[in-house]
Amino acid sequence: MQVTRRQFFRICAAGVGSSSLAALGFAPGEALAEVRAFKLARAAETRNTCPYCSVGCGVLIYSLGDRSKNAHGEVMHIEGDPDHPVNRGTLCPKGAALLDFVRSPNRLKRPEYRAPGSKAWQPISWDEAFTRIARLMKEDRDKNFIAKNDKGETVNRWISTGMLAASASSNETGYLTQKIARSLGMLAFDNQARV
Amino acid sequence: MTNHWVDIKNTDLVLIMGGNAAEAHPCGFKWVTEAKAHRKAKLIVVDPRFTRSAAVSDYYAPIRAGTDIAFLGGVINYLLSHDRIHHEYVKNYTDFSFLVKDEFAFENGIYSGYNPEARKYDKSSWGYQIGPDGYVVTDPSLENPRCVYQLMKAHYARYTPDMVFTICGTPKEAFLKVCEMIATTAAPDKTMTVMYALGWTQHSQGSQIIRTGAMVQLLLGNIGAAGGGMNALRGHSNIQGLTDLGLLSNLLPGYMTLPGDAEQDYKAYIDKRAFKPLRPGQLSYWSNYGKFFVSTMKAWYGDSASAGNNWCYDWLPKLDKGYDILQVFENMNQGKMNGYICQGFNPLASAPCKIKVSTGLSKLKYLVIIDPLATETSEFWQNHGEYNDVDPAKIQTEVFRLPSTCFAEEDGSLVNSGRWLQWHWKAAEPPGDAKGDQEIMAGIFLRLKAMYKKDGGAFPEPILNLTWKHRQPDAPSPEELAREFSGKALKDVTDPKDPTRVLVKAGEQLNGFAELRDDGSTICGCWLFSGAWTEKGNMMARRDNSDPFGIGQTLNWAFSWPANRRVLYNRASCDPNGKPYDPARKLIAWDAASGKWSGSDIPDFKADSPPEDGMSPFIMNPEGVARFFAVDKMAEGPFPEHYEPFESPLATNPLHPANAAARANPAARVFKEDWSTFGKPDKFPYVCTTYRLTEHFHFWTKHVRLNAIVQPEQFVEIDEELAQQKGIKAGDHVRVKSNRGFIVAVAVVTKRLRALEIAGKKVHTVGVPIHWGFLGLARNGYITNTLTPFVGDGNTQTPEFKSFLVDLEKV
Repeated sequence: MQVTRRQFFRICAAGVGSSSLAALGFAPGEALAEVRAFKLARAAETRNTCPYCSVGCGVLIYSLGDRSKNAHGEVMHIEGDPDHPVNRGTLCPKGAALLDFVRSPNRLKRPEYRAPGSKAWQPISWDEAFTRIARLMKEDRDKNFIAKNDKGETVNRWISTGMLAASASSNETGYLTQKIARSLGMLAFDNQARV
Repeated sequence: MTNHWVDIKNTDLVLIMGGNAAEAHPCGFKWVTEAKAHRKAKLIVVDPRFTRSAAVSDYYAPIRAGTDIAFLGGVINYLLSHDRIHHEYVKNYTDFSFLVKDEFAFENGIYSGYNPEARKYDKSSWGYQIGPDGYVVTDPSLENPRCVYQLMKAHYARYTPDMVFTICGTPKEAFLKVCEMIATTAAPDKTMTVMYALGWTQHSQGSQIIRTGAMVQLLLGNIGAAGGGMNALRGHSNIQGLTDLGLLSNLLPGYMTLPGDAEQDYKAYIDKRAFKPLRPGQLSYWSNYGKFFVSTMKAWYGDSASAGNNWCYDWLPKLDKGYDILQVFENMNQGKMNGYICQGFNPLASAPCKIKVSTGLSKLKYLVIIDPLATETSEFWQNHGEYNDVDPAKIQTEVFRLPSTCFAEEDGSLVNSGRWLQWHWKAAEPPGDAKGDQEIMAGIFLRLKAMYKKDGGAFPEPILNLTWKHRQPDAPSPEELAREFSGKALKDVTDPKDPTRVLVKAGEQLNGFAELRDDGSTICGCWLFSGAWTEKGNMMARRDNSDPFGIGQTLNWAFSWPANRRVLYNRASCDPNGKPYDPARKLIAWDAASGKWSGSDIPDFKADSPPEDGMSPFIMNPEGVARFFAVDKMAEGPFPEHYEPFESPLATNPLHPANAAARANPAARVFKEDWSTFGKPDKFPYVCTTYRLTEHFHFWTKHVRLNAIVQPEQFVEIDEELAQQKGIKAGDHVRVKSNRGFIVAVAVVTKRLRALEIAGKKVHTVGVPIHWGFLGLARNGYITNTLTPFVGDGNTQTPEFKSFLVDLEKV
């Protein structure tokens, strides 16, 4: 019989649970209760990589729900991926606590706005935020864009607004960000590789 | 990394210097343990602190922070003067025999061409002698006093063990023990790996420290071999990828560079970068620059980019200077900037000299934060008591804080230090209304585009014509973007040798960058990543971990740039005849029967070039060989020279005591106002260095409950002798101050730090971990970068976080 790693895991989980209960003398009498199923056995398993350092350890994320439209997929457990050639299932003290990053109470949940001179955040909708940011960028770009330098050379740069990109973001985000930044003529542009 | 994490198991000797892999990269460090256990490899650690890596080393040598060039220059001197080098390798694979221009000179610590007012060099004398045939003149006998070997030998003869002791404080016997261990790997079948991180980059001469390390490795023949290489252990999960994609002021994807103002002519721009071979028979792969460039411009501007408009060359912004993060905060302070966007970056905590960063942000009209977590930067305007004592009423910056997804809530790829592009999958929806970064970027960009379309404005063409072929325009998918940077054919791509043979049909994904063309028939957003998504599918998502050769190559796991190659320069692991120097760790070899290079890795070479043709292994260099003499590539000079950190306990550079100009890096950029912010040893007598702890990641994990529990409170490390002098006991609160500000933290009194004797005086080092701030689940603390100086490396502008001066007192 071919047994995949996942199946093997499930068999072991169930097997160890029931046999060790028996060994400890807790053999059921008349009232037979079901052994509590291994909690990951019915969870959705997703392959991912650790977002912290650059070792790029493989992780397995377990979440509730079956990815159907109305099932809210909540992450409940994260562990090292034993198939990964670099970390081979291990994680460091940061990777081992990834669940608490995903579920940190300090995760941002809604767009917020702080007005000039204000002491507090106020809510703003995504649409309002995007429109207001685009408006501010356009005003600044239209006013300060440098098409030609003092020598009359074509330079097409915009240096009065800048951007720091995220070196924990994906290549796909990075590539899109690079495309957009340069199309605007942006040069004051860096990422964490600088520091 | 030239090599990769698993390859470390193939080494005979590990040098960890300028890093602390056991603490900061624990799951990668396991491969050092593997090499120790199964190959009897040894581990050397050279560090100002007795680190967690040092604790499991075979030999530890102390060093003063910021003096690594002196130490490594001493190693070079040892290897050359004791003739412990890999002769065949250096003779055939490096510039040893190249002759240097007669005008090139080095006197009193300064190279020829220096302009002290501009703090810059005219590098015209830093070059080779070129013969009438257009190639570099060489002297294979190595006797000509102008050959690189002779010049280098003379340069480093000054780096004696006594000089190393004077500058670094490393006891002579410890230094010589390290030299002897390193020298054993000059044997053709022995290798050493060098593992370094920010302990080498975060100095005013960081790039040159790394170069000196690479020179040691070249002398020993350790570049290109399994278990060898120069291995940068990068700090973030995709810092490699974002660098590869060129998200830095002066870069385009794949290490192409933006033009400068003077480069008005497209053809001249390409010709300058498409290097012609400098020696006969060399490949000089950058000669394909035009293909990479045109394919990127076609990816970005589609039908708008044509030969007639030089593929939209004029649409790219041109540089009058670099706008790195230090330059940008300088400009903010001067009131020259209005807006700033921080996408997953927390500069208030991560950039040097917090007060300057905070003042700069306060002068902005608008600041946009895109982040999964509440960063200090997002609340720079908020009063957080002693930790951020500002008056919000006086700060007129408008701030937007946009919640983004984290790793668990998105699909995409990251590049690890070993250059592997690994795909990851979404496991859950983000909290609340958070959106993915791609949606957020699209949300802002599409509104800008609509405004330009409706109202016009400054130079709208690149904005209106940027390619945007996404099925959901407001949510570009990772798959679409990955296909775009990997590249596809717009027309049939044919074999240049046989135009009837179609290599890739129109509309198909490319197999790799060899198929790129400069006639507009291919698109490729990042040539270096080409082949990551082919007609066979997403190569980054591959998960076959089999290792058929047993040396950890796993060619079918993910995708490694370039061309799925795992060890860079692997041609240099073979002798000139194409035979591996160590058959037991064979990467590639010449197979005469099939007329090809093959083995456990993808050859980093022209696959059908036989050894007798004499092509050299460093195919990206126009010389074909590796450079000891950096020609005009570095800001400070062709050979690394030790200079003192900008803040140092020494008044002069012991190598050049009579020349004040050669005390600190003469080519490092210092802004006028910042000179006065540097402290002197009379008021700030202790060397300070900053670092990470294994329990924390930068300023993220103070938001993570478990990490906040295991390492809850800010502390500083001081040695027992200094503690006694200052009457400080473990657990006391101390104030650490530099000329730019102070922090207060708990004192950890430790044997892991020891005073060193430097140029006859006793110098103490204070260690400051970086991880605290005024937001998070851990106890609030001061931002460590309150202390650090606003000066960077002369080439990269990476700030000097690793060596500066402080004073210390009990609170």
